[in-house]
Amino acid sequence: MSIGLPNYLAVAAILFTIGVFGIFVNRKNVIVILMSIELILLAVNINLVAFSVYLHDVVGQIFAMFVLTVAAAEAAVGLAILVTFFRNRGDIAVDDASMMRG
Amino acid sequence: MALTAIAFYVLAAVTLGAGLSVVLAKNPVHSVLFLITAFFSAAGLFVLMGAEFLAMLLVVVYVGAVAVLFLFVVMMLDVDFGSFRQGFTRYLPIGIVVAGILAIELAAVAIVVGTRGAASHNAGPFVAREVTNAEAIGRVLYTDYVYFFQAAGIVLLIAMIGAIVLTLRHKPGVRRQVIADQVARTPKTGMRIVDIKPGQGIEG
Repeated sequence: MSIGLPNYLAVAAILFTIGVFGIFVNRKNVIVILMSIELILLAVNINLVAFSVYLHDVVGQIFAMFVLTVAAAEAAVGLAILVTFFRNRGDIAVDDASMMRG
Repeated sequence: MALTAIAFYVLAAVTLGAGLSVVLAKNPVHSVLFLITAFFSAAGLFVLMGAEFLAMLLVVVYVGAVAVLFLFVVMMLDVDFGSFRQGFTRYLPIGIVVAGILAIELAAVAIVVGTRGAASHNAGPFVAREVTNAEAIGRVLYTDYVYFFQAAGIVLLIAMIGAIVLTLRHKPGVRRQVIADQVARTPKTGMRIVDIKPGQGIEG
């Protein structure tokens, strides 16, 4: 029973699915939605690294680094928006956040 | 080889279990802690694959920065998190359906790619003997991808500026130091010579 590329891809696929599932079931809780997005990006990173290792090409790991960068930036800006939203409204219920609709 | 398999299954099980707990935990603080667990075990998977540099980066960037940022925000916001659970059962069936379809599709693609795809010709994972993983990444990152590297830095800079601009607020009534005024002060504006007569005070 050797561990190969399909094992890693399966783990990444299940993790991605968990992330999507989390976005579905936690519609109201924007913090958990952001964490689900982090899980999805982690799954993408696992995919990139697995292919990079098994295709003998280091470029995949470079792309994983860029994904990491974007994920960090996204988390920072998302949480900043969340803090501002909480200051303005007093709670973080996103399902009735429609003041930008015009 | 058996040890590798055991390590893989343990790390994969912990990653997936922690990921599922992130989504299902009632308390967001527990969610963040499970997220940290998931990142740590994913870093272990990276080490298992031979990508040590990315594993360390995952621990430093995600656990050290992103997860702690989440923890700060969750603890800073004074919100009743129990009220967020009410739509949970309503969205559970559609969530399971979509997630199940996605999981089956992705698993099928993974198996086909792993057995018949381009990677199936290469027997095992590539472990560079002559250079370390970090050196191999650096050799490519600072030559072929140097502009992308700079662009990633700009992305982080813009994110930092954006986060500061979004959360910065000036309270009214706070006396701040105005350095330009201090520097622009001259003896002419800063002092005056008063001629005091004997027996009189000074006014004003």
